[in-house]
Amino acid sequence: MTAPVSSVARSQPSGAPFLRLSGLRKTYPGVVALADFGMEVRPGEVIGLVGENGAGKSTLMKILGGVVEPDQGTIEIDGVEHKALTVSQSINAGIAFVHQELNLFDNLSVAANVYIGREPTKFGFLQLVDTDKLFETVQPYLDRLGATFSPDTPVSRLSLAQQQMVEIAKALSLKSRLVILDEPTSSLPIAETERLLEVIAGLKAQGISVIFISHRLNEVVVASDRVIVLRDGNLVGTLEGDAIDHDIMVRMMVGRELKVDHRPPAIRDGATVISIRGVCTTTYPTHQIDLDLQAGEILGLAGLVGAGRTELARVLFGIDRPHGGSITLNGEKMHFATSADAVRSGVFLVPEDRKSAGLLLDLSIAQNISLPNLRAYARGNIIAQDAELEQAERSRRELDIRTANVAQRTASLSGGNQQKVVLAKWLAMKPKAIIFDEPTRGIDVGAKAEIYDLMRKLSDSGVAVLMISSDLEEVIGVSDRVAVMHEGRIQGILDRSRCSEENIMRLAVGKPVEARISA
Amino acid sequence: MQKKDLWLFVLILVIGAITAIRQPLFLSPINIANTANLVGLFGIFAIGQGFVIITGGIELSVGSIIAILGVIFIDFIANKGVPWPLAAVVVLAIGFVMGLVHGLLITKAKLQPFVVTLCGLLIYRGVARFYTKDATAGFPFGVNFPDLETITTGRTDIVALLTGGSAHSIPIPHAFFIMLVLAAIMWVVLHRSVFGRYLYAVGKNEEAARYSGIRTTRVIVAAYVICTTTAAFAAIFFAMYTRSILPSGHGNFYELYAIAAAVLGGFSLRGGEGSIIGVVLGTILLQILQNLVNLLGIPSSLNFAVMGSVILIGVLADQQFAQYRQRAAVARGRIQARPSVAEAAE
Repeated sequence: MTAPVSSVARSQPSGAPFLRLSGLRKTYPGVVALADFGMEVRPGEVIGLVGENGAGKSTLMKILGGVVEPDQGTIEIDGVEHKALTVSQSINAGIAFVHQELNLFDNLSVAANVYIGREPTKFGFLQLVDTDKLFETVQPYLDRLGATFSPDTPVSRLSLAQQQMVEIAKALSLKSRLVILDEPTSSLPIAETERLLEVIAGLKAQGISVIFISHRLNEVVVASDRVIVLRDGNLVGTLEGDAIDHDIMVRMMVGRELKVDHRPPAIRDGATVISIRGVCTTTYPTHQIDLDLQAGEILGLAGLVGAGRTELARVLFGIDRPHGGSITLNGEKMHFATSADAVRSGVFLVPEDRKSAGLLLDLSIAQNISLPNLRAYARGNIIAQDAELEQAERSRRELDIRTANVAQRTASLSGGNQQKVVLAKWLAMKPKAIIFDEPTRGIDVGAKAEIYDLMRKLSDSGVAVLMISSDLEEVIGVSDRVAVMHEGRIQGILDRSRCSEENIMRLAVGKPVEARISA
Repeated sequence: MQKKDLWLFVLILVIGAITAIRQPLFLSPINIANTANLVGLFGIFAIGQGFVIITGGIELSVGSIIAILGVIFIDFIANKGVPWPLAAVVVLAIGFVMGLVHGLLITKAKLQPFVVTLCGLLIYRGVARFYTKDATAGFPFGVNFPDLETITTGRTDIVALLTGGSAHSIPIPHAFFIMLVLAAIMWVVLHRSVFGRYLYAVGKNEEAARYSGIRTTRVIVAAYVICTTTAAFAAIFFAMYTRSILPSGHGNFYELYAIAAAVLGGFSLRGGEGSIIGVVLGTILLQILQNLVNLLGIPSSLNFAVMGSVILIGVLADQQFAQYRQRAAVARGRIQARPSVAEAAE
């Protein structure tokens, strides 16, 4: 189970394929979602599936899950051909999904979640849940995954990676042969990602196949035996073994080479915009934070999930009250009672969770953009809708938000374009400092580059940018300086010359960097 | 006017037409005037309830507020000799404070709206009964308030007024006109003002509204204040309409009429959906249903059963229709279907 990841991942799977897709085609009016797609899955094989948003990954998953019927092609399971699968056929064939947003009941225990809907019972018709038997049955599955928590742990107490293990344990209990992981690492901190990759290797060693969908290509490289690249519904190519390479995948996905290249800032040694002294957050009420944020810079804030980065962002934006300490904005002490005060002072936050906190999906694009500054679009408290639409139209052009109409519901946009709307809200005002919390999570490669460009443009115009990110490639590629948090403290600050993955990781787990730390 | 409102309007016309054919008295001037009066009275506080429902909350104490403030109002002007304009201001102020307290308990003490306003329902009813020692509050013989009565229970024939008396139509009670004016003001507030947009935003997603720099606490408190103040306003009208108030029964279930009107009018109890036209049409439909029960000789004990059935059928039809549209849209590939597997690979 704990064998080195690389050696397990690279060993060749054996056995005949049990799942074979051929000639699959699915069209929606005006769009070819999947064109003549074929693939095979052998036991114990880890297949990476990559492609930008809209490349056809989700259609393929829906076909495998029995939710969508393909127009053409066949799905062969153990030699039996199907035109389409039903949901129950998919489950019976041993196909299990672990979604990006987990479907767990966090008020129930691990064991109850694994066996939800099929609890072992006792006392005949009384149907009482046989808790002892439940725990006994679940324990072996957790052992197989190398989980350190017990079956009676409430799910609410588990970390995200551990919760994913619960989902995988559920898949194992259903005798699954193929586990499909959808963006499993996108919200995981670095250490937990490693853990998950070990679990994948473990599944593989037990002869269970895995399809691994991810935007984080480094992990795809580490985990996969084979990588399938999709673009616009077409199979662009398959990479196998040592041919799996980060840059090649990116080129295949977008048709051009894309890497996070650091662009130097136009303003150096700008004035201090935000100065944090001795501030504590609710999670770590005794750990003080000191940090300065300068005009014109992008300051990366790295650290493990739970290190207190989001909590710090919430305090800066006036959502939570700080425990002691002081925060100054351009030399003046800030007292933000609510986020409305922060907004009025020009301190903005692009929150971590775009769909639940960043946007009102049911409102139109224009209404979202005007929301934080609505009075500017109103005369005598009555909203002037033309002014709203005008601004939205300007934002659409400036940020290249891809939509036919800014009066459309925001829910109709892709993730990257939704994130641009969140940005547009703040750009339409006069920002002094902007905090980005995981700005590119779940966003495709092309849109990521655009967001980075926008961040740099902002900083070049004199705005102080604080970027919280768990994606090391992004932290290193985008930031001018990197502050690393560990358990509610700033563990160290690295300037560009010392921003290496290793240094950041050492600080994130609470160790000092070998040489001197500039603090 | 939204499509939903239009359908409701059509439904009202159809039910009205059927009733009129079965019982011509439905269109008699006296019946129209009476129904308009009730629509006005109930509409005033149903509009207020709509504001609370849009935030995703609920206000259950409306009926009890109408009882206690009605009792206080009558006691002030009939027994204590307080000038009626002053008494009205006091009653409205008490209503305002009630909403403030409810709102603060909900937002600052983080109590659930249902619980807070249920306690309000019980407390105000109890206090109202205690206030009059369970006796009926009413006006002593010969005590009159001509100005107040003209405003609250008077009637005006609009056509006669406009044509200088050369043509006539039906004299309509003032409560109806006042409700229309209130509805017009509230329409602007809800559908055109900054505050209205904030209400929808908070109701749809309070978290996202807060992250957009909206003072969500203020918005929610304001909604409860609007609701209880309109209830206080209605309390004055009901007091003058009934002229005697039995504190144990006056206003019973009125909060449910308001909620029912809002639901019929297309409000979602999850918040973020609803319109002023909808809640007014909902009130009209409810009153017509009550009227129809009386006129068509349906046993009046079935009154609530008829109302409940119509609401249930209406909501069910709306749900089915929404699903049908959703499915049609998915089939056209415009909206992504959202079964669990659909989340994959986005």
